[in-house]
Amino acid sequence: MTGAPLRWQQATVVEVRPETATAKTFRLRLEGPSGHLAGQHYVVRLTAPDGYTASRSYSVASPPDGSAEIELTVERLPDGEVSTFLHDELAPGDELEVRGPIGRWFVWEGNLPAVLVGGGSGIVPLMAMLRLGRRTGNAGLARLVVSVRRPADLYYAAELEGPDVTVVYTREAPPGDGRAAARIAASDLAPVVAAGATAYVCGSSGFADAATDLLMETGVDADHIRVERFGPSG
Amino acid sequence: MARFTRGFAGRRTERDPRLPPGQYDVGTGWPVLTAEPTPKLDPATWSFRMEGQVAAPTTWTWDEAHALPPSTYSGDIHCVTTWSKLGISFTGVSVDTLLAAARPLPAATHVMAFCHTGYTTNLPLADVSDGKAWVVWEVDGKPLPREHGGPARLLVPHLYFWKSAKWVAGLRLMDHDEPGFWERNGYHDRGDPWLEQRYQGDE
Repeated sequence: MTGAPLRWQQATVVEVRPETATAKTFRLRLEGPSGHLAGQHYVVRLTAPDGYTASRSYSVASPPDGSAEIELTVERLPDGEVSTFLHDELAPGDELEVRGPIGRWFVWEGNLPAVLVGGGSGIVPLMAMLRLGRRTGNAGLARLVVSVRRPADLYYAAELEGPDVTVVYTREAPPGDGRAAARIAASDLAPVVAAGATAYVCGSSGFADAATDLLMETGVDADHIRVERFGPSG
Repeated sequence: MARFTRGFAGRRTERDPRLPPGQYDVGTGWPVLTAEPTPKLDPATWSFRMEGQVAAPTTWTWDEAHALPPSTYSGDIHCVTTWSKLGISFTGVSVDTLLAAARPLPAATHVMAFCHTGYTTNLPLADVSDGKAWVVWEVDGKPLPREHGGPARLLVPHLYFWKSAKWVAGLRLMDHDEPGFWERNGYHDRGDPWLEQRYQGDE
């Protein structure tokens, strides 16, 4: 399939807000409606005065809503050339170049059962899916299981209440959590795996391998598992 | 024309001439990027097949493939997600050796690499001929790890690395081009990193 060429466009930062101590969400206004699907990403390109550029891909956290605004959540990597700039320099009113939306595989269109399994910052594209289901009246069609080390590492915490979300803490659970801190297990996934659901797994490579093995243990066919692994995106 | 980003200077000191535009040196790491679960493939039942527009469709077992003359690539690899890995070495068999056995028909212009997972990627025949492509089972002298495509993957290092299909099962020679998995999903049909052919519609 040959799509329309993806062009670079100027995006304006309209809001920056922290998600955790090391993650921020950047709300960008594009030149026109984004037209993105839940799960897609954009490339951000920074250009220095001498023409040097650095680009990285970031998943969209906001659901498709017909608007010209998107939200990218970016984890600050200490050695990351792009993520440190975005975190330390970028402010509302700034412009930067973006290109997208990209990717037509790791996407959920909002009409079929989905199991979303994210590790750490891997929650970002899944959040677009969860939000899409909720805003189109299909809450519960997409069910999220997110794994984080401790409560302070959880992105979007205020939105992760509710029967369609399970948070798995691997190192330190909050007081009163019924589950002792431990790595994600088949017993965390089995209750949310619906018959015929497509699973979307996003996280580090190790997390993705562990989660796909567990999903297959609970009876999800390999053909129904889509994986997005986070490489370094400094 | 790119516009400057306020406050951005970049961190580069001197840029390694081995890095194509828009790429950065990932150093000693080697990211794993795949779209499907990592399969567990047993070399005992592994096979590689040349089929389609060839005079002699041929299948090699693991042992048969290893009995072919070995060939090593030493150089760099470039992922479309902007990392490059410099100075890496792979050993396996040259695709030229496999093509010589299967004998492409004159009509053959493109290949579809297909994998044990169902993944596919399309390439011009010229991009897998004349010393440009390998089927490899060793990296830096060690067996290719499963997450990097082991027991064997295609290696086409002059193109973005999604063309170097992991868990490769064979090449189907075609008399036309058609998009493979990522190519149907927005990525470029050829993927030359030096031309930054990342997405469909790029030059």
